[in-house]
Amino acid sequence: MATPDQLKTNTPPLLRVTGLKRYFDVSEPFLNRLLEGKSRLILKAVIGIDFKINRGQTFALVGESGCGKSTVANLVVGLYQPTAGKIEFDGIDVASLTSRAQMALLRRRMAMIFQDPYASLNPRWRVDAIVSEPIRAFGLLKGTQAIFQRTGELLAQVGLSPADGEKYPHEFSGGQRQRISIARALASEPDFIVCDEPTSALDVSVQAQILNLMKGLQKKFDLSYLFISHDLAVVRHMADRVGVMYLGQLCEVAPVDAIFDSPLHPYTRLLLDTIPDPELTGRSSQPVTGEIPNPIDPPSGCAFHPRCPESTDKCRREGPELTTLDSGVQVACHAISASSEK
Amino acid sequence: MKSVLRIQDTVYRFFDSDIWYSFKKSKVTIAAACVTVIMILSAFTAPWIAPHNTFDPATLDLMDAFTPPVWYEDGTPKFLLGTDDQGRDIFSTILYGSRISLFVAFASMLLAMILGVTLGLVSGYLGGAIESIIMRIADVQISFPAILIVLLISGLARSVLPNVRHEEMAVWVLIFAIGISNWVHFARTVRGSTMVEKNMEYVQSARVIGRRRATIMFRHILPNVMGPVLVIGTIGLAVAVLTEATISFLGVGVPPTEPSLGTLIRIGQSFLFAGEWWIVIFPGVALVILVLAVNLLGDWMRDALNPKLR
Repeated sequence: MATPDQLKTNTPPLLRVTGLKRYFDVSEPFLNRLLEGKSRLILKAVIGIDFKINRGQTFALVGESGCGKSTVANLVVGLYQPTAGKIEFDGIDVASLTSRAQMALLRRRMAMIFQDPYASLNPRWRVDAIVSEPIRAFGLLKGTQAIFQRTGELLAQVGLSPADGEKYPHEFSGGQRQRISIARALASEPDFIVCDEPTSALDVSVQAQILNLMKGLQKKFDLSYLFISHDLAVVRHMADRVGVMYLGQLCEVAPVDAIFDSPLHPYTRLLLDTIPDPELTGRSSQPVTGEIPNPIDPPSGCAFHPRCPESTDKCRREGPELTTLDSGVQVACHAISASSEK
Repeated sequence: MKSVLRIQDTVYRFFDSDIWYSFKKSKVTIAAACVTVIMILSAFTAPWIAPHNTFDPATLDLMDAFTPPVWYEDGTPKFLLGTDDQGRDIFSTILYGSRISLFVAFASMLLAMILGVTLGLVSGYLGGAIESIIMRIADVQISFPAILIVLLISGLARSVLPNVRHEEMAVWVLIFAIGISNWVHFARTVRGSTMVEKNMEYVQSARVIGRRRATIMFRHILPNVMGPVLVIGTIGLAVAVLTEATISFLGVGVPPTEPSLGTLIRIGQSFLFAGEWWIVIFPGVALVILVLAVNLLGDWMRDALNPKLR
């Protein structure tokens, strides 16, 4: 019998990413390489990632800084071109769109909210110009009066006053600025919003307000979120499904409760151990050892093996594939695939 | 109605700003601004306020030549600061002359600014081969003194243009030459600021919605890099006035029939040892005051717009 969850996933996903890769050439300039005999350096920021996001759901990507999660966000919205792999939005391969007009139709349905509310709003523009830019860029409304009206509505929707449109960004606090960013993201009536650490620059009390606003808007407009964060508490509050990233690869993808209640991958467990335990339940906690390796020179085999308490010879030799277990949880770890096969 | 409110708001913001406050605080700056405004206004209203039209040979009388200033025995109130070898009133020639000097300086700075800001934005934002080409040209050009480039261009124009057109084109050749020799400063500064700004998230946010590169450069980044451009433009204005004076002093600038301040000094210096000091001193003093005032304004603006000195 099909569970309600399976029925949900049977509708085609809004976003499907397969085999996504992005390498950066960080070599020295040609002359330096020639004269100093240095070789080319390729930074593999994203090494083959697969995930999908269903309509109205939130998929969270978590991981330490430098693991490539922001690169994924930038790839999905088209700020970077993928080195390899496919991004399908609503069944359409993004790479197949060539003309500006076609791209614009797709871009209208996506939006992005950035991390730093002090850098993401043009300091020389008035707020109503910032918020209405997508409307003007996509030609959604004609006439200044109509755009003015709509900008006021958008500002009211995120809990600001329509009169705030007259002001400049520096007249607002961090939380208010992030509300302006959200209003701008909503301006083109998107289906899908990429949120790149939208609350990490904010105070904890303000974070909660912004997150609740985003959840409310998600319900109201049936939005899907790709939510990038390193804050597990925030992820637990927001996400439906969670992908844990390590060094450009996904090591575990599971529903949010599974991640937090029964983490499988050793790295996921390590991440969860970093959450403070204010109730002092005596939960066994392993100290986090080591740092994320340099992605220019990644470890052999499983990228996590130098920090993994359970690593074996096999882990050092070959990298594990992301395999789907019977429970539907996807995990990339030799130890777990071995035990599930038994 | 809304746009009127916007303008009111902008004006209100200006008088409420740090920049206006620092202007009010600095007496030197206020004095410099007053002098600059008075000199610019009197230069551009010269045809109405000057006692004589020195560009009209019909009004000149050689009998009036070498009249000393009014406080000498031979002086007359008709010629306040005396006359030159052709009987031209020095005071009027200074007004007309600074009009030409200022026009050349403003126009050439505008040309340098448009050229430099555009090339700086393009090379800073696009990077790659375009940036390398533009900046290497800039490097080569800055290794030549500006005067040399101006002399080169006016020399070229002299040989290319027919003789008859030469006099009427002289001012435009000068503007072009001084403008070309000054764009590098704008381009370098704008390129530097653009490279910082283009990584800001507001630029990414414009790229996400598919804004064209030109829109991002000129609508988003340009307003954020204009601060230093205004400072360079103001100080460059003083430099351009001096360059024009130097070129005209050397005799390759504007023709002596329509003298600028530099031309006046050149005409005057041959009479300096004959005792007719007023022909060279008064235009020289006017030039010094003008350049000093504009420079002081530029210095103040540099400090006022520098966030580290607020």
